Amino acid sequence: MGNVIGIGAAPKRKEDQRFLTGRGNYVSDIKRPGMTAGVFVRSPHGHAVIRGIDESAALAAPGVIAVLTGDDVKADGLGSLPCGWGISDAKGVPMKEPPFPMLAQGKVRFVGDMVAFVIAETPEQANAGAELLKIDYEVLPSVVGVLEAVRPGAPQLFDDVPNNICCDWELGDKAAVESAFRKAAHVAKLSLVNNRLIGNPMEPRAAIAEYEPGTDRFTLWTTSQFPHVVRFLMGALVLNIPQHKLRVVAPDVGGGFGVKQFHYGEEAVITWAAKRVKRPVKWVASRSEGYVSDRHGRDHVTEAELALDETGKFLAFRVKTLANMGGYLSTFGPNIPTNLYGPLLGGVYTTPAIYCNVKVVFTNTVPVDAYRGAGRPEATFVLERIVDVAASEMGIDRVEIRRRNMIPKEAYPYQTPVLVQYDSGDPMGCLDGALAAADVKNFGVRKAASASKGKFRGLGYSTYVEACGLAPSRFAGRLGARGGLYESATVRVHPTGQVTVMIGTHNHGQGHETTFAQIVSDKLGVPFENVDIVFGDTDRVQFGMGTYGSRSLVVGGAALSKATDKVIAKGKKIASHLLEAAEVDIQFESGKFSVAGTDRSKTFEEIAGAAYVPHNYPLEVLEPGLEEQAYYDPVNFTYPGGCHIAEVEVDPETGTVTLINYTAVDDVGTVINPMIVEGQLHGGIVQGVGQALFENAVYDEGSGQLLSGSLMDYCMPRADHLPMMKVATHSTLCTHTPMGVKGCGEVGTIGSPAAVINAVVDALSHLGVTHVDMPATPNRIWRLLQNASLPVAAE
Amino acid sequence: MKPFAYHQPDQIPDVAKLLTSIEDSKLVAGGMTLIPTLKQRLANPPALIDLSKLGNLKGISDDGATITIGAMTPHAVVAASKLVQARIPGLAALASMIGDPAVRSRGTIGGSVANNDPAADYPAGVLGLGATIVTSMREIPADKFFLGLFETALQQGEIITAIRFPVPQKAGYTKFKAPASRYALVGVFVAKFADGVRVAVTGAGPGVFRVPPMEAVLSDNFDPSAIAAIKIDTDGLTSDIHAEADYRAHLVTVMAKRAVDAALS
Ligand SMILES: Cc1cc2nc3c(=O)[nH]c(=O)nc-3n(C[C@H](O)[C@H](O)[C@H](O)COP(=O)(O)OP(=O)(O)OC[C@H]3O[C@@H](n4cnc5c(N)ncnc54)[C@H](O)[C@@H]3O)c2cc1C
Repeated sequence: MGNVIGIGAAPKRKEDQRFLTGRGNYVSDIKRPGMTAGVFVRSPHGHAVIRGIDESAALAAPGVIAVLTGDDVKADGLGSLPCGWGISDAKGVPMKEPPFPMLAQGKVRFVGDMVAFVIAETPEQANAGAELLKIDYEVLPSVVGVLEAVRPGAPQLFDDVPNNICCDWELGDKAAVESAFRKAAHVAKLSLVNNRLIGNPMEPRAAIAEYEPGTDRFTLWTTSQFPHVVRFLMGALVLNIPQHKLRVVAPDVGGGFGVKQFHYGEEAVITWAAKRVKRPVKWVASRSEGYVSDRHGRDHVTEAELALDETGKFLAFRVKTLANMGGYLSTFGPNIPTNLYGPLLGGVYTTPAIYCNVKVVFTNTVPVDAYRGAGRPEATFVLERIVDVAASEMGIDRVEIRRRNMIPKEAYPYQTPVLVQYDSGDPMGCLDGALAAADVKNFGVRKAASASKGKFRGLGYSTYVEACGLAPSRFAGRLGARGGLYESATVRVHPTGQVTVMIGTHNHGQGHETTFAQIVSDKLGVPFENVDIVFGDTDRVQFGMGTYGSRSLVVGGAALSKATDKVIAKGKKIASHLLEAAEVDIQFESGKFSVAGTDRSKTFEEIAGAAYVPHNYPLEVLEPGLEEQAYYDPVNFTYPGGCHIAEVEVDPETGTVTLINYTAVDDVGTVINPMIVEGQLHGGIVQGVGQALFENAVYDEGSGQLLSGSLMDYCMPRADHLPMMKVATHSTLCTHTPMGVKGCGEVGTIGSPAAVINAVVDALSHLGVTHVDMPATPNRIWRLLQNASLPVAAE
Repeated sequence: MKPFAYHQPDQIPDVAKLLTSIEDSKLVAGGMTLIPTLKQRLANPPALIDLSKLGNLKGISDDGATITIGAMTPHAVVAASKLVQARIPGLAALASMIGDPAVRSRGTIGGSVANNDPAADYPAGVLGLGATIVTSMREIPADKFFLGLFETALQQGEIITAIRFPVPQKAGYTKFKAPASRYALVGVFVAKFADGVRVAVTGAGPGVFRVPPMEAVLSDNFDPSAIAAIKIDTDGLTSDIHAEADYRAHLVTVMAKRAVDAALS
């Protein structure tokens, strides 16, 4: 028999056995009898009117079964793809919410917008048929950048969205901020761009749909982070399929990073098509297709101002941002640059007044939505950059200015001026830990060594906090969420004492099958190997909101913890009867129910057996069976954070930035599995480094073509770009989650871009460089050096 | 990928016959360039003619003053060849910098040279060393072979069988990798012979080219400092989302200096 492996242990991940031996079950592995192949025909233009579609040649092509277009969608009276958040402007006027048809109707608004779906016997025939579809476009000028999109005379995406502005959103006390600025001894200003990113999960998106006429049921297999939400949005709002007639399965999914947490038109089209052609339909995206259809991330243009007194204390912070939404509102689109951005502008500092204005803007680009970190990396980048700018302008050390403004540990819970209240934290402790781990004391020696080789070395700090564990439903509802954000778990104890957990979060790389099993093993005292975690199937799992926003452990784990407590409570009742003792005298410890002060006890297995073989069982007061369910809705966000320190070397001859050292000391609350936490931190940091140094989605203004449309032109971070990282945790416990956990999925991505760019700016500061936009590519750095105030020493 | 016929002849004359008799048919060597274009449906040849059964196209031989590399020799074999490492270490280094291990195991020198990608590495080595391209019909000097963006002197039905490299006194290659593709954003091959120095640049423009002012100076003084002040004209150089022409021009000088350094070390 196996062992209990509990909270704090670091067993190898259960799920890796099947992944590493090629036994995963991904959507594209699934084959259904009579399956057909579908191909989406996508707009090659950024902006165009569809004058007509001639399907005849495509329909006549060998193997082609059907061609579906926007006209068919309209004829069937299907709904538009819904947006899950409705935000409003300062006057309470709701955002502009133009329809997002699952197949374009009349107009296309980005390269990749779906125009038609071709179904054939084989993928090859579907591709051949798709090439024969004749679409008559009247090409219109595209607008891809936010600055250009709000200019008078810019191409307009929607007739009823003037200046392409979806919403002019604001947060904070504008008047208080203005008055603080009037009193300021110094005002630091910074204009910056937060680059557009493409998620690139290892597995491209894919879907299969099947309709069974016998039961009138649909099944959709999809690469999703939240199958229940897809079932609700697609079934109830798009296709009018009753929830009990629709099963959504998200089996093994090869990475998400947010890209798979939206309801996509492809899912709706395929499900609808399966009934029309009366056969299962399968679609698997190519990598190139993913580039022009997976929702993109970030893409802000921002102006920020920080007011300080003469001692460097922050008095007020003002931020104006133009946020790119792309061609339509995606599932969470307008929520990201507003509710997940403005409330984070307080950071770990005591800034008393903050005002944030965000114009959410439509452009002829792929819709923009949540991507790992979602809003919070953008906020952290603005804040942590301007703190450095202010420090340098006022001649205050960058660490010192942070200390002077940091929220002291004793001040928690801390109410910020931008809605959120941090429950716990110790930013100073994280800072001190990171300073030591990064050997900042001896940085000067390392800098001199670099200089002797003609290289410039720089150090960058990011002391940050984020809000995750999405989310308290009541809070989210006030901000415009149209759904709840709780999580659910069912703990099913089998007659033999093994346990199956049904949970509403989705595991696609995070190690849930291990972490959640540790929680159950720890709490019930059952062997780790006796616990299986079931997720990703609306027929097997009661309900769930899925995995995003670092919520799985924080919200799902809490539901699991509560359900497990209920199992113990029921077990005590059974034990009280079997042991003929009062319920209050029953103790549960290490897998044993015992009567306090006696040696009489029943094992967990014995109680489970009695629950299902109730021969001698209190049927009058207790139902048979041992299965409990809990829903958990958090009372607050959780606020992980920490201090990241990046050390870079710049080669002035080529402009190349090399990341030499990276140190992160993060407060993620209770750590269930330190190995998994470390892995999440590593992965998150690498994604942030990717944004800071390499990744950039570039569109051609005018044509709307995506110029970085493949891995040949979109640079992902690679192993040889990275040093061995030092990551550690410095945890304070969350005061309101059942286990004190805070979440660790996004911290790395949130803290790191600012640390890296601050290091690059530090390396070049002696040349008068005060800011570098992301990504800090060699070409960009070289150009900055060309324009810098000092001549660059040649080798 | 659209369907195509597949042929695997074992005699060069059969290859030529197939190539000329099946219109738009294509040779396939390592397939590292060709297969992706088929998968993306960018090319639609009715037939592929696989060169892998032509045994005499593989291998490396030492002819004294020259080294001959068979067209079907994969990059990994060139990179690991003791012979190439000893006689033209800069060329072995160049082969080791191409793509990743999988690409180096499949991709061939003949395929790379025939394809003449403007950012490929081998064209810089072939032009920099003044190699001779040996084909099924004739011998073509490197200076007459590369004709610009994906263009070569190869005629319809002509097959590269080998590349013959003169052994230099010293040679070095330095590559500034394009961030995403890791092809050459700028790659410079420098070779010193008894009768002078050759400098060939790839990645910077629409095709590989020589830099006569650098060659002249280095022929007198084979030292990085000799060319530090030489500026490359940005005219005709490539500008794209990764690098503008003036940055590429600057990198040519930097990479050339480093290539000389590599040749000297
Ligand atoms: C991921 C990736 C990364 C890469 N990175 C680099 C890099 O960093 N640097 C670099 O230089 N290259 C790079 N390449 C290209 C690689 O070097 C290829 O090997 C090369 O471009 C083509 O060689 P091949 O043998 O695969 O040719 P194929 O793809 O088989 O053929 C290419 C073309 O040449 C023709 N051809 C092939 N052999 C002959 C012959 N003997 N005679 C006449 N015509 C012929 C074919 O008909 C075809 O048109 C990369 C490729 C990939 C996939």
